[in-house]
Amino acid sequence: MDFDDTREEAEFRARARAWITKNAPHELHTELVNAPFGHLDLRSVDAVQAARQWQSRKARDGWACLSWPEEYGGQGAPQMHTIIWSQEEAVYSRLGAPFLVSQGSLGPTIMTWGTEAQKQKLLPPIVTGVDIWCQLFSEPAAGSDLAGIRTRSIREQDGSWTLKGQKIWSSGAREADWGVILTRSDPDAVKHHGMTMFFIDMRAPGVVVRPIRQITEQSHLNEVYLDNVRVPDEHRIGPVGAGWKVALTMLTNERITVGSHMPTGFEELFSLVNQITQSGVPAVYDRSLRSRLAGFASRANGLKYTYYRALTELSRGGEPGPEMSIMKLVAASTMQEIATLALDLQGLRGAVVQEGMDDNDDRFQMMLLRSAGARIEGGTDQVMRTIIAERVLGLPQDMRADKGIPFSAIPTSPNQKAPAAAE
Amino acid sequence: MNFDFDSNQKSLQSEMRRFLEQRSPVSEVRTVLDGKRPFQESLWSELGEMGYTGVAIDECYGGTGLGYLELCLISEELGRTLAAVPYSSTVYIFAEALKEAGTEEQKQKWLPKIAKAQTVACFALEEGAGSTPLQKIKTRYADGAISGVKKPVVDGQIADVALVVARDDETENKCSLFIVDLTDETRFERTQYKSLDPTRSLASLNFKMAPADRLGVPGSAEILLSCILDRAAVFAAFEQIGGAEKALWMARDYSLERFAFGRPIGSFQAIQHMMADMYAATVLARSNAYYGVWALATQSDDLGLAAANARVSATQSYQLCARDAIHIHGGMGFTWEFDCHLHYRRSNFLAVQYGSLSQWEDRLVRQLCASDGVEID
Repeated sequence: MDFDDTREEAEFRARARAWITKNAPHELHTELVNAPFGHLDLRSVDAVQAARQWQSRKARDGWACLSWPEEYGGQGAPQMHTIIWSQEEAVYSRLGAPFLVSQGSLGPTIMTWGTEAQKQKLLPPIVTGVDIWCQLFSEPAAGSDLAGIRTRSIREQDGSWTLKGQKIWSSGAREADWGVILTRSDPDAVKHHGMTMFFIDMRAPGVVVRPIRQITEQSHLNEVYLDNVRVPDEHRIGPVGAGWKVALTMLTNERITVGSHMPTGFEELFSLVNQITQSGVPAVYDRSLRSRLAGFASRANGLKYTYYRALTELSRGGEPGPEMSIMKLVAASTMQEIATLALDLQGLRGAVVQEGMDDNDDRFQMMLLRSAGARIEGGTDQVMRTIIAERVLGLPQDMRADKGIPFSAIPTSPNQKAPAAAE
Repeated sequence: MNFDFDSNQKSLQSEMRRFLEQRSPVSEVRTVLDGKRPFQESLWSELGEMGYTGVAIDECYGGTGLGYLELCLISEELGRTLAAVPYSSTVYIFAEALKEAGTEEQKQKWLPKIAKAQTVACFALEEGAGSTPLQKIKTRYADGAISGVKKPVVDGQIADVALVVARDDETENKCSLFIVDLTDETRFERTQYKSLDPTRSLASLNFKMAPADRLGVPGSAEILLSCILDRAAVFAAFEQIGGAEKALWMARDYSLERFAFGRPIGSFQAIQHMMADMYAATVLARSNAYYGVWALATQSDDLGLAAANARVSATQSYQLCARDAIHIHGGMGFTWEFDCHLHYRRSNFLAVQYGSLSQWEDRLVRQLCASDGVEID
């Protein structure tokens, strides 16, 4: 048991560190460190622009998408290099936020399901940061029940497709060049079988993107309307009717990406309790508080070391075990609890959402607001628990009213009666 | 990065698991639970014969000289099977105290016996309810002998040697550790208490001028205890994780067999989500315990922090898994016949042995401050 790099890893780390020291946008360092948790907003520069610049510099010198095959712009490096790289990249990795979909989940999905032509066309511009992607999965009536999507894809005479419907909660859709979209190609097939995955040009006629103002006052999430959008068949990812399988590949990669990067806010809380005074002494002197602090510390540490265990598997060339399924579930709710406690410790000042108020700016207030969403996005707490129950503990699926019947016959409101399920 | 046990260590663990499945089925543990015997004496001897009590004892003292990583895996399996043996008092505490502070003569006298499980030790620190700060210790050492009442003492009823914390007359009011032979029953009295977990016996020891042999330099109890209890916290964490996982999987298996409303109760989300939370707690605890044993095995400066962190996490995890395992078993979980209560008892017993949860929580926060260079009281 040791935390040391192998000789080869240490050598790679040294090279990475040297390159980053020389090339990172050091002028953004302070701003990146202080940027509130969540979607990236920078004040001095346009965040997407800055992200693209950093990505293209990395790509130019061979530091981007390290584990991707060389023929698609990567370096064919072991997974462990990606990890070491992101450790060394540290705060600058926050500039990777606009590429979370393209590099974290879409890229690996294309490598699994895409045609050779699609790989050649789509992957290299992701590596260089030229193309930004968004994910078009959720719909107003299909969130946790993602397989309930209704956006239609209709095959035309010439083999192309027409897409109609509405997507929602799409992060970064306004900046995106491409969207990966889950559609229903056969409403009369059984729910999970009638779906097909495509990618669309976000500037194609018929695509309308509207920002959603979030509780954080940011507007990174969007509604996307599709009004008879024409899509060539070459933009289909995977076979017709296999959309759900493709979606699962995306979601699995998304959960690995998001879960491993989620902070809990414990470090910020710990500085707060050492800094803020209650009855003239720092709050950490209050013994009644220590039990809660210790609980948070052991959760935050547990997540860190669980991640190390996953890295150990990757380092050996294996796959992370089922432990990783707890990451987001634990991290998101811990952050919400931590933010709530931090506001409590700040007293009425906790109600002030203002930069420059004191050293803590609006850090905990933004954390409070943001964490409510973290418990929903990428699988709610309940969806995550169900995944653990079914896939890790091997428990049977809960009874469902939508099994074995055509999608078009599934009830969608209280006054519809469910047909008898055909098992 | 290699944050895992190696294949030799893992095969030792499987060997230990198979051995315990054969030699210590729950029916054996229950003979102790039901008061038919004070502990599993034959299992204890076999653990010695197999070398399991001497994994972290050097070969020159009769051990196998493996190390702490191996010791933790054995602890995990003992926790999983709820084995009723005085392993922790003897191996976690007495052996480690000897290794840390014993003279060559003391080591020669005791370590080979521990390595062969030919002795049972107990650790006599507490003197009543609440935590026992060393400043409040009343038991005294004077003229080569100990006098005072220690209560409760885990394994005090079955031990033949005690490690006693006492105020040392040869110092300025400081405490030292002493080895007291418990084979001469004329110099002390023992009284058994009914234990929350009858597979872990409790007693009071009333010493009356019992001859004692000091361990370590006079007045060194504080520093020695802090070091030994950090180690014990890591070992106990593994024991707790073994128990927590067992309780979780018992509940999981039961939820597949038990039908209600025409289907297995394990298909209800209310039940599934309880078990998902139990699972998450065991994963966190395991990862934290790995960090604990890493710090221990590498003699890291982080040991104080890593041990408290492992202990807090493991205690919470075992308590959660044991109490919710009862709940998932419904009424059957509340019976003597089902094994749920063994884990409920053990989890709550371990939660207060070697310092209770709140003490370790306090220590964790103090260690976090210390690693930032801040001392808090």
